Amino acid sequence: MGYPHPSHPKETVLLSRYFGDPGARAYAGWVERGGYEGLRKALAMPRADLIEMMKQSGLRGRGGAGFPTGLKWSFMPKDDGKPHYLVCNADESEPGTFKDREILRWTPHAVIEGCAIAAYAIHAERIYVYIRGEFTEAWRVMTRAVEEAYASGALGANVFGSGTRIDVVLHRGAGAYICGEETAMMNSIEGKRGNPRIKPPFPAQSGLFGMPTTINNVETLSAVPHILTRGAAWYKGLSLSSPRSTGTKLLSVCGHVQRPGNYEVTMGTPMRDLIFDMAGGMRPGRTLKAVIPGGSSVPIMSAAETEDCALDYEGIVAKGSMLGSGGVIVMDDSTDMVRTIWRYTRFYAHESCAQCTQCREGTAWTTKVLERILSGRGKQADLQLLLDLADNMTGKTICVLSDSCAAPVVSGIQKFREEFDAYIAGARRPVLAAV
Amino acid sequence: MSADVTVTVDGMPVTVPAGTMIIEAAKQAGVLVPHYCYHPSLPSPAVCRMCLVEVEKSPKLVPACVTQVAEGQVVHVSSATAKNARQGVLEFLLINHPLDCPICDQAGECELQDYVFQEGRVATRYGEYAKRFNPVEDFGPDVLYVPNRCILCTRCVRFMDDVAGAAVLNVSERGDRAYIGIAEEQLLDHPWAGNVVDLCPVGSLLSKDFLHKARAWDLDKTASICPGCTQGCSISIDTRDDVVVRFRPRPNLEVNRHFMCDTGRQGYRWLNRGDRVEAPLVREGARLVATDWDRALDRLGVLLEKTTGSVVLLASGRLSTESLGLARQLVAGRDVAAAIHVPMGDAQPLAGIPNLALRRERVPNLKGAELTGYVAGFERAFAAIPRAALVIVLDADLTPEEEARLAAAGAEVVWMGTVATDAQHHAQLVLPLTTMAEENGTYVNRDGRVQVFQQAKGAPGMARPAWWVAGEVLAGPGPDRDAPGTGAEAFAALGQYYPAFAGLSHADLGFTGLVLPPRLAEATR
Repeated sequence: MGYPHPSHPKETVLLSRYFGDPGARAYAGWVERGGYEGLRKALAMPRADLIEMMKQSGLRGRGGAGFPTGLKWSFMPKDDGKPHYLVCNADESEPGTFKDREILRWTPHAVIEGCAIAAYAIHAERIYVYIRGEFTEAWRVMTRAVEEAYASGALGANVFGSGTRIDVVLHRGAGAYICGEETAMMNSIEGKRGNPRIKPPFPAQSGLFGMPTTINNVETLSAVPHILTRGAAWYKGLSLSSPRSTGTKLLSVCGHVQRPGNYEVTMGTPMRDLIFDMAGGMRPGRTLKAVIPGGSSVPIMSAAETEDCALDYEGIVAKGSMLGSGGVIVMDDSTDMVRTIWRYTRFYAHESCAQCTQCREGTAWTTKVLERILSGRGKQADLQLLLDLADNMTGKTICVLSDSCAAPVVSGIQKFREEFDAYIAGARRPVLAAV
Repeated sequence: MSADVTVTVDGMPVTVPAGTMIIEAAKQAGVLVPHYCYHPSLPSPAVCRMCLVEVEKSPKLVPACVTQVAEGQVVHVSSATAKNARQGVLEFLLINHPLDCPICDQAGECELQDYVFQEGRVATRYGEYAKRFNPVEDFGPDVLYVPNRCILCTRCVRFMDDVAGAAVLNVSERGDRAYIGIAEEQLLDHPWAGNVVDLCPVGSLLSKDFLHKARAWDLDKTASICPGCTQGCSISIDTRDDVVVRFRPRPNLEVNRHFMCDTGRQGYRWLNRGDRVEAPLVREGARLVATDWDRALDRLGVLLEKTTGSVVLLASGRLSTESLGLARQLVAGRDVAAAIHVPMGDAQPLAGIPNLALRRERVPNLKGAELTGYVAGFERAFAAIPRAALVIVLDADLTPEEEARLAAAGAEVVWMGTVATDAQHHAQLVLPLTTMAEENGTYVNRDGRVQVFQQAKGAPGMARPAWWVAGEVLAGPGPDRDAPGTGAEAFAALGQYYPAFAGLSHADLGFTGLVLPPRLAEATR
C-alpha cells in the first residue's frame, strides 16, 4: 500500500498490506489475517530445512547491504553450547528511509513472528529488538504486541507448546545514527558507547556479549513468515529482473514528488514507474533532476541514469549507485545540489563516532569546505580537495559511515559539477554566511 | 595449522608464529609500521588507521595491528598506496593539531612530529579554518590534559580500562568535537596513572612534575632499574646536565612490560641531593679531617685488622649486589651480624598485568642482600652492637634513635655513605659512596632476576662505589694486586665468593636480566 495513500496497481502489497489497518495491530486481529501460521509451521521443521528454505527464497537483507539471509543464518555455529542471540535492527535512521517505522507501527506481530522464526532457526532463545529512540509510537505498539504475544503463547518458555523458548527484549536507542550499524548496535545493547567494532570477529562467531549473534533488519524479518506460508519458490518468483533479487521491497519515497510515501514493489520494477506512477511524479512545471535511491549513504543518480533503471540490487548497482535501505530521495530542478550535499555531510560529521581518524576529521573538514563554497568564498582547488578527502575517507575505516559521507560528494561533483563551479565563480548567490 | 607462518614484508621474508599480527611480524623483518593507537601492552582498537598496509590479493588496505599473518602473505608497508593512506591520516590528524611544538614537552619524542617529518605533506590544505579549541584540564595529581594536541588514539582510556582496571577516562562527544573526558567527580589518581603520560604518543597528556623542565633532545637516557621496591622494574634514568629529571619505564616483558608505578616514578629526587659527602675523612683526635683515598684505605685496612671482636654491618638495600657482596667479604670468617633495613609500604598491584605491583618491601635489592649474607631488618644487628668491636655503616638510613644507640656503644665505627648524617660524627673513618645512578651494578629482584643498572650521571667529588672500596682492601698490597676497576669486574669478583653468581657477567644479563636457577637463588649464607 502506498501508505498513507491508497494502494497503486503497480504495487505488490505483501508487508504493507495492513498499513493503516488498526485491527492488524492486535494479536487476535493478526491471527485473523493469517498471522503466526508461519511460526507454527517453522517450529515443526528441522532447523537445517528452514535455513535451506531461506536460501532457496533468495531473500536478502533489506537494511542496506543486501546480504543473503539464509546464508547469514547458516554462519551460526551448531551445537556449540553457547547462548545465541538474534538482534532485530529497528534503529531505522538512514536519512530518507521510513519503511521500518510503518512496519513497526502497523504490523508489530509480523516483526515478532519473523523474529521468532529466525531465532528458532539459529538456536537463539533471546531476541533483542533495538528500536530507534525517536520512534515513540512504534515503541508503544511493539511493547503492547510483545505483551500480547507472551500472553498468547507465541513467545515465552514454550512457544505454541513446541518446547522452544523464545524471549523478546525491546531496547530503545538514544539517538545515535551509528547505532544502526550492527556492531555499534551490539555495543549499545551491552551498555557501552555505540562504537562499531572491528571485523573479524564477525557477529556469528563473537557478537552480542561475545556470543554468536545474527542481526537482521525489520523488513527482512517481516518477510520471513510469508516465505514460510507461501513457500520459497513463490517468493523467489517475485522478481521482474535478476534472479539474484527476489521478493518485494518497501521503498520510502520522499522529496519532490506529488505523493510521497511507502510503496511496496516487486524486485525489478522500473524506477520510473515508482517515481512517476506510484508517487505521482514531479510537481507541475518541474522536471526530475536527481535521485538518491537508497538513503543518503549511496551515490546520487542523475535523471538520465534513472531512465531504464530496474529497482533491484543489481539494477541500481549497474547505474553506479545502490539499493541501500530503499529510501528514495527525489529531487527536481529546483534543488541546489551543493547545498543538499552539504546538508548530508553535515549530518555525517555530526554522527561520526570519532573512532577512525579519517571519519572524525574528514567528515567535518568536508563539511567546512562545502560551507566555504556555499558562502561564496570557494576556490577551484576546493573541488580537487573534496575529491582527495573523499578518496582518503573511502575504504579505510572500521565501518562505512566515512564512505557514506564521501559517496554523495564524489557523485555530486561528478554529475553536477557546474553547480559547484557556479558558486565558485560567483555566478550563484551565496546561501551561507561566511564562516 | 602449522605453528609458524612465513610472510614477506617489503621484500623481506620473515617466519613468525601463527596468530602474530602483521605489525609485529613487520618488526621482526625490521620494518616499523607507523602507528598510534596500537601498543603491545594494550588491546588494539584499530582506530587511528595509521598502520594500514597493502596486502597482495586483499581488495582493501588492512590494519596491520589487528590482521593476523597468513602463510605466503606479501605485505607492502612502503608502497605508494600505503604511503598515500598514511599521508592522508597525518593530514587529518594535523588539521586540528596546534603547531606549538616549540613549547610542547613532547617535542623531540613525539610520534606525530616524527611521522609527519618522515612522510607528511609539506603544506597544509586546511589553511583558513579555525582549529578545534578546548582548555587544558587538570586530570589528577601528576597529569595534565591538553585536548588541542590530542589525536584520540585512546591509549590512555584503554590503559585505565583494561590494564589499571579503573575506568575513569572516556571518549566524550562525537565527531571532530570528541575529546578525552574524565568521569565526573573523579581524579586520575590511580597509583599507576602516570603511565598514561608515557603512552600518549603526542604532547596531550603531560607530567606536571616534568612540565617545561627539559627538552627531549637535551636528555641523556640510561638503562637502569627502579630503586623503589623489590619488583625491580626496568627504567630509563633521564638526566640533563648530570641532573636526574625523570624516571620512565623501559620495556621488559618479563618484569614490568611497559609500565612503572607513580611511587617509583617520583622516587628520583634523592639522586640529586646536594648535601653529599664528597671526600674521605679520617679521625684526628676530636676532628674528622679530609684526606685522599690511599690514606683512607690504609686506615680502613688497619681498623679491620686491629678490631678482632665481632662485627656489625648495617647496610642499605639500595646498594648493588656487588657492593653488598664485596663489603661483606671484608669481614669474612668473623662473627658478623649483617643486615639491611627494609622500609615497608602498601602493595599496589597493576590489575591487568600478572605479577606486577609496587611491592610492600621498598628496597630494590632485598634478594641480592640475602644472597650475599645479609638479613632483613636491623633488630638483631642492633642487639649485637653493644658487644661488637666494629660497626660498619654502609649507606644505611638510621633513625635518630638508632644513631643514638650507635653512639652509645663502644665499638669503632666505619661510616660509608652518600649523604652526610649525624652518625658519621662518631666514626673513625668516613668514606664517600656513589648512589645507584652514579655506578654500574646489579640488583636481584624478588623473583631472583639479576638485572644490570648503568651509570647515569657523574659522582660528586671523590665518591666511589662501595664495591671499589671493598675491592681495593680485599686485593691487599703488592704489585700483582687485582682489584676490580669496573662494575662488570666487581660482578665477576662476586662470582668467586657467591656460587649464585658464578660464571655470570654483566654482558650475559643484557638489558632484561636473567633469573637465577631456584637452587642457587636460595639464600645460602
